Amino acid sequence: MNPIYDRLEIYLAAAAFLLATGVFGLLRRRTLIGMLISGELIFSAASLNVMAFNRFTAPDPVVGQVFVLFIMGLAAAEVAIALSIILAVYRNYRSVNTKDLSELNG
Amino acid sequence: MSTFPATTYIVSGIFLLCLGTLAAGALIAVLSTRLIRSVCGLAICCVGLAGMYYFLRSPFLALMEILIYIGAVCVTIVFAVMLAEPDEAAEGRQHSLLWGTVALGVAAAIFWGLWQLGTHTAWAAPSVRANAGAVEDIGKSLLTTYSLAFEIISLALLVAILGALAIARTGRTKS
Repeated sequence: MNPIYDRLEIYLAAAAFLLATGVFGLLRRRTLIGMLISGELIFSAASLNVMAFNRFTAPDPVVGQVFVLFIMGLAAAEVAIALSIILAVYRNYRSVNTKDLSELNG
Repeated sequence: MSTFPATTYIVSGIFLLCLGTLAAGALIAVLSTRLIRSVCGLAICCVGLAGMYYFLRSPFLALMEILIYIGAVCVTIVFAVMLAEPDEAAEGRQHSLLWGTVALGVAAAIFWGLWQLGTHTAWAAPSVRANAGAVEDIGKSLLTTYSLAFEIISLALLVAILGALAIARTGRTKS
């Protein structure tokens, strides 16, 4: 049997745990920034999953690394946009609590 | 692999340390009530994730993870926390408890399903490897096969920065 750091299931379980905590936080948080942090955890879960399959099952190990690099770049862009939206919302409503953002609520 | 007898155990211990850092960081990130602690949890989680990438034979991505996530993403979120004071108010205990249980159930279902899928599938190892996946190979791929994607992502980052500036500027009033 391979040592623990050389088995695909361990990495898949770690990625599943990250995804589960991210979804948990996304459902439970009541502020926009908290939800953004949970979203970052979900991004990390996807990256870890891609890298695990890249290491153990892909014939070309470069593809997954380039893909994860692009995921990281897009995550950085997404965070910049999301935080500017959050700051604009805070200026208008003086709050980033999701309960207070109810202007479009019918 | 080497002549030192306990190498496997030492490396396994370091791996478990990384795994524990990852899990602890993720739990701190979703469970703490103060958002600044939550950001710190995300940073800790990213350190563990960098260790995972190192064990997956990609030191390049491990460094990129620390550079981009801790150096850029976490610092940006810290700035937003400082500007917006977003601490969650303590409200309806009953409602919060119920909703937390629902969220926990959904998360547990997702974890259980993915765990079953990961352990009960026979993932096939590749018969042949095209290259070693070293930094040199990544550099060659980025400048040949993936050069278009590389250019497009730089464009996407530029547009994102301009968009962030435009959005953050419009709400501003002279007071």
